[in-house]
Amino acid sequence: MKETFLLDGSTIPFEPGQTVIQAALAAGHYIPHLCYHPEFKPHGSCKLCTVKINGRTVASCTMPAEAGLQVESEIEELNALRRSLVQMLFAEGNHFCPSCEKSGNCLLQALGYDLEVHATGFRHLYPDRPLDASHPDILLDFNRCILCELCVRASSEVDGKNVFALSGRGITKHLIVNAESGKLSDTNISLTDKAMQVCPVGVILPKRVGFSVPIGERRYDQRPISAQALDDAPRQTDAGGNCAACEGTP
Amino acid sequence: MGNDLETAAHPEKLRRVAIDPVSRVEGHGKVTLLLDEDDRVHQVRLHIVEFRGFEKFIQGRPYWEAPVMVQRLCGICPVSHHLAASKAMDMIVGATLTPTAEKIRRLMHYGQILQSHALHFFHLCSPDLLFGFDSEMAKRNIVGIAATYPEIARQGVLLRKFGQEVIRITAGKRIHGTGSIPGGVNKNVSIEERDYLLKDIEQVVAWSRESVGIARQLFEQNLDLYNNFGRFKAHTLNMVRGDGALDLYHGGLRARDMDGKTLFDHYDYSHYWDVIFEDVKTWSYMKFPFLRSLGPETGWYRVGPLSRVTQCDFIPTLQAEQARVEFLAFNGGSATGATLGFHWARMIEMLHAAEVIQDLLHDPDLQGNDLVSKGERQERGVGVIEAPRGTLIHHYKVDENDQIVRCNLIVSTTHNNQAMNEAIRQVARQYIDGRKLTEGLLNHIEVAIRAFDPCLSCATHALGKMPLEVELLDVEGDRVDVLTRSSDGSFCS
Repeated sequence: MKETFLLDGSTIPFEPGQTVIQAALAAGHYIPHLCYHPEFKPHGSCKLCTVKINGRTVASCTMPAEAGLQVESEIEELNALRRSLVQMLFAEGNHFCPSCEKSGNCLLQALGYDLEVHATGFRHLYPDRPLDASHPDILLDFNRCILCELCVRASSEVDGKNVFALSGRGITKHLIVNAESGKLSDTNISLTDKAMQVCPVGVILPKRVGFSVPIGERRYDQRPISAQALDDAPRQTDAGGNCAACEGTP
Repeated sequence: MGNDLETAAHPEKLRRVAIDPVSRVEGHGKVTLLLDEDDRVHQVRLHIVEFRGFEKFIQGRPYWEAPVMVQRLCGICPVSHHLAASKAMDMIVGATLTPTAEKIRRLMHYGQILQSHALHFFHLCSPDLLFGFDSEMAKRNIVGIAATYPEIARQGVLLRKFGQEVIRITAGKRIHGTGSIPGGVNKNVSIEERDYLLKDIEQVVAWSRESVGIARQLFEQNLDLYNNFGRFKAHTLNMVRGDGALDLYHGGLRARDMDGKTLFDHYDYSHYWDVIFEDVKTWSYMKFPFLRSLGPETGWYRVGPLSRVTQCDFIPTLQAEQARVEFLAFNGGSATGATLGFHWARMIEMLHAAEVIQDLLHDPDLQGNDLVSKGERQERGVGVIEAPRGTLIHHYKVDENDQIVRCNLIVSTTHNNQAMNEAIRQVARQYIDGRKLTEGLLNHIEVAIRAFDPCLSCATHALGKMPLEVELLDVEGDRVDVLTRSSDGSFCS
C-alpha cells in the first residue's frame, strides 16, 4: 500500500523520494511549472509551481512528498500569483511573440495562454541584450532568457561542457557563455547537445530553421501545456502495470 | 506637373484648415490647407503623422525572421510584406523556388489582392461612390451601405472573407501567418483545403465580374465628375511579366512617362536603385521617390492598379482581359487617366485575382511536397512584388553571421506620395478654391486620397532627425506654446 497525500481533494500516491510535483504529474494532476524538468534535479527558481501546504506556500518541485499533506494548487489565489509571475517574466525580457520563431513551441507563451494572461501587467524593462550569432549553426537570443538554468544544468550535467552560466545578481543577473571572448563560437557546443534541447523559450536556437513548422503543427497549437506536461511525466502504474491517469491521453 | 500649391509664399498670413485624421484609409494621416481671407487656396499638403522604424529595428535580427517580422508593418496587406521579404531572402539563400512553392506563394498573394481590393472598394470607398461625395455624413459609411444596398455589402464582405480564407490555408492564419519562408513555403495545400476553396470560387469570380460592372456604371452615370475629378498626368511604374503580361508576383520593372514613352522596361529589380531614388521633405515622415533619369522635381510617378492595368500589354486571364480592353476603350480611353479610374482598374484586378485563384486551385502542384530549396548563400537580397496598392520593394544586406545589417523598404504608398499630393491639390483647385468650406467639400479631398487606397502605416519610413511639432493647449483647446524641431535637428519655439 503506497503512502498518499491530498492535492485539491484528490488522493495522490507517491514513492519515497518523490517531490510533490513529481507525484502529482505521475498521478495525472498538472501543476503549472517552468524551470522544473523531469530529467533534471529540481531548481526551485521560477516559483510557478508554488502550492499551499497546510496553509504555507512552498515550491512543489523542491517539496518532498509526505503522507497526509493537504496540498492546494488549482485555486484562484495561487493562479493569480502565477499570472503575475508570468507577466513579470514577459516584462523583464524582450518577448515579442509575433516575430519569435519559438511561438507555438514556447513554454512561457503556452503558460501565458493556459493561465489566461491577457494583459501586460507591468511596465516593460526593454533590456538591451545583443544577439550572439557568432556560432555557424547556433543562435543565442538573450532577450528571451528567463534564467531557468536548464541550459546550464544540461550542459554541465549531461553534456559535460559547461558552456553556459549565470552571472550578476538580482535584476542584473543574466546568462553568459563560458568562453574568454564570451562568444558561443569559442565553445565546443554542438547541435546534438542536450543544452540545445531544453531551452523552454527562444534563447538557444538552431540557425536557419526559423518558421519551417507551419501554424497548426507546432507543439502547443493543438493541446494546451497543461495536457502536454502530463504526457512528458513518468507515470505511476498499479501492480498490473496499468496507468489510470494515462487513460485518454495520446 | 507643377507643385505650385506645395508651399505658400507667406503662410503666416493664412488661415489653416486641417483634415485630421484622414478617415477610411489604413493608417494615420492629415491634410492641411492654407487659405486666405477670400477662401483662395495657397497650400495643400498630405502629411503622414506616423513613425514606424522597422528598417532600424530589423537590424541585428536573423534573416529568416524578416518575412514574419516585417509583415507587422500592416494589418491589411501583411502578405505583401511577408512575400516581398521572402523573395529577398530567396536571394540570400540562393534559392530557385520549386513549382509547388511558387504556386502556393502566388495563391497566397492573389488571395491577398482579392481581400484587400474588396475591403477597399466595398468597405472604405463605396459610401462615397454610391451615396455621393458630399452626401449625409452620418450615412456615408459601410453601415449605411449595408442598410441601403444590402446585397452589395454582403458580396463585399463575402469576397473579402474568401480572400482571407485563401491566406489562412496558405499562410496558417488570416492575418500575420508564417507560410512563406526563405527558399519556399512551410506547407502545401491539401486536397481537403483545395476542395473547401473550390466550392465557392465560381461564385467569387461571378461577384468579382459584377463588381467591375458596378465600377463601370459609376463612370457611365457620372461621366464628367469621374473623368475630371482630381485628374492629372503622371509617369507610371509597375512590374510586368517577361511577355508584358500583368503579373503581380514576379517580373521586371516598367516605367513610362506621362506621354506613354517607355523609360525602361523589364528592368531587373535587384538593381532598382539605379533607376529609382528617394527624396526627403521636411514636412512629412514619408519619403518622395523619383525616377533618377527625370530628377526629383519632375520624376515622381504613380503606381498601383491604374498604372498596372493601363501599362501592361495584356492580362493573362480571359474575363479580366476582356474587362481591361473595355476599360481602355471606354469614352475614348478617358478613364485610364482619371484619378477615380483607380476604382475600375482595382475591380479588374480583383476579377483577375479570382480567376488566377481558380486556375491555381486546379493545379496538382499545390499538393506537392517539394517545398523548400536553397543554393549558394548571398550577401544581398532584393524582393519586389506588386502589392494591392502598388510596387513594393524590400532590400536587405545580411552579414556572415546571418544577421541583417541593412534594410530599405520602398512601400507602394510611398511611391504614390507625390501623386497623392498632386491629386489633392488638383481637387483643391477644382472644388475648394474661393468657396466657403463645408464637410462635404473637405470630403472631396479625402475621396481623392482614398482612390489611391493608401496604406499610411506601411509608408512611413523616413528615419533620423524627424520634423516634430509639440503644441501646449489650455483647457479651452487654445494654443499656449509650441515647440518645433526642424529636419536639420534644430529647435525653435
